[in-house]
Amino acid sequence: MHLIQRPDEPASEITPREVYESRRRLLTGAAALALMPQAFAQSGKLPKLPAVKSAVPGAQTMEKPTSYSDVTSYNNFYEFGTDKADPAENAHTLRTRPWTVSVEGECAKPGKYDIDALLKLAPMEERIYRLRCVEGWSMVIPWEGYSLAELIKRAELNSRAKYVEFTSLADKSQMPGVRANVLDWPYIEGLRMDEAMHPLTLLTFGLYGEVLPNQNGAPVRLTVPWKYGFKSAKSIVKIRFVEKQPMSSWTKAAQQEYGFFSNVNPNVDHPRWSQATERRIGEGGGGLSALFAKRRATLMFNGYEPQVGQLYAGMDLKKNY
Amino acid sequence: MQRSPLLHWSAKVLLFIACCLPLAWIIFRLATQPVTNPAEYLIRGLGDWTLRGLCITLAVTPVRTILKQPALARFRRMLGVWTFVYGTLHLLAYTWLDKSLDLNEVLRDIAKRPFILMGFAAWLLMAPLAATSFNRAIKALGAKRWQTLHKLVYVVIVVGLLHFIWLRAGKHNFAEPAVYGAIIAVLLGWRVWRRFKPV
Repeated sequence: MHLIQRPDEPASEITPREVYESRRRLLTGAAALALMPQAFAQSGKLPKLPAVKSAVPGAQTMEKPTSYSDVTSYNNFYEFGTDKADPAENAHTLRTRPWTVSVEGECAKPGKYDIDALLKLAPMEERIYRLRCVEGWSMVIPWEGYSLAELIKRAELNSRAKYVEFTSLADKSQMPGVRANVLDWPYIEGLRMDEAMHPLTLLTFGLYGEVLPNQNGAPVRLTVPWKYGFKSAKSIVKIRFVEKQPMSSWTKAAQQEYGFFSNVNPNVDHPRWSQATERRIGEGGGGLSALFAKRRATLMFNGYEPQVGQLYAGMDLKKNY
Repeated sequence: MQRSPLLHWSAKVLLFIACCLPLAWIIFRLATQPVTNPAEYLIRGLGDWTLRGLCITLAVTPVRTILKQPALARFRRMLGVWTFVYGTLHLLAYTWLDKSLDLNEVLRDIAKRPFILMGFAAWLLMAPLAATSFNRAIKALGAKRWQTLHKLVYVVIVVGLLHFIWLRAGKHNFAEPAVYGAIIAVLLGWRVWRRFKPV
């Protein structure tokens, strides 16, 4: 972990006050991370996924990670049902081997990658990211993976590759939620090329030092920490480089509610709820006292503004929500 | 003639206890089991039971008529008042846990989000019904006017359902609202049918 500010770092890289203050406040939380028996309490059932701590700026938040059991029992993965308890309950039917990811579109070297080849494509890094759901709750999650850029570089893009489109598996026999018509399956997500190439955009294979549990998007998913959670496609089977902005599933379902960018932004409200604050899962202890844990202020780009703010320089973020 | 056990005083005590049970269950779960998002669990649980309470209250008359159990009518008021209690707790939990008791925030939310407006309107329309739910109020208003006033409950249940549908609309998740919608359609449809059926 780099704690020393390099002298040649541009002003945009300097940690804003609110961020470092929150880091200081949470240093105690970081100490807890080192000896965090309760958080690991229920991991240990899946194969280990060794990784080194990532040196990518922003990849090591000092905040206290959400417990493994909360991360793996409370999430949205509509392919397994619309309730946040459904994925943990239903995802055991997902078969993650054999699994191939097709890389195609505007590139010189398309290909079909076997999941085991993909796992070895680049060194695994551990990254501790904040996750902010569009519904107004948040977690802190230690993921394992490598920058999506590693894979994209190998595909040798041509000049027409302006966006990346991600397709998730949609198999009724493995995913009971796909039988319901809540979304137009398969789940499609997309990123602009500079977003996809940003080092923080993580091609993710693991969680808490182990391979991903099915309900969290096994065997391979995306993690884009400065965007609302639904932008991070799970159980990916296709990565396609395209010239036109892809139509993502939620945008297709409700254009006025879910834009293509969907960057975490406390100043642009979702039509159904405010995005100014969030409820950090697991905060406030257990039992009834957790009820009264205060909501926290949501940070611009989920606190990753120093790293990603320049991607959106000059853009009207109210229009490009 | 055999006196119906429904007329026994203990029936009302039992119903009172039954009405406490959902609330007791929600609090028991929160206190004893790890619930990932306790505030959401409480707010949703109270909201669910408000809508269920409305359905149960409006089911009394059809059930009473169809099963020819006129004694059931004496439970309707308690069910209605309890429904208002759950609705009020739902509103309080939202105001406290989601809005940190900031009334300005709540008002802004009502003005901004149609589904919050619907929920608030449903609660507001329930308030006069709860306020006139004792015998002296019926006397003071006169039975006829009291009954007319309490027809508001039909508006309340539709507005409450709309609150739920619009909440779920954001997540494209209409399965549950559809179930409630069907139940409410039957409850209201039965009344329309009875009113206009040829005798």
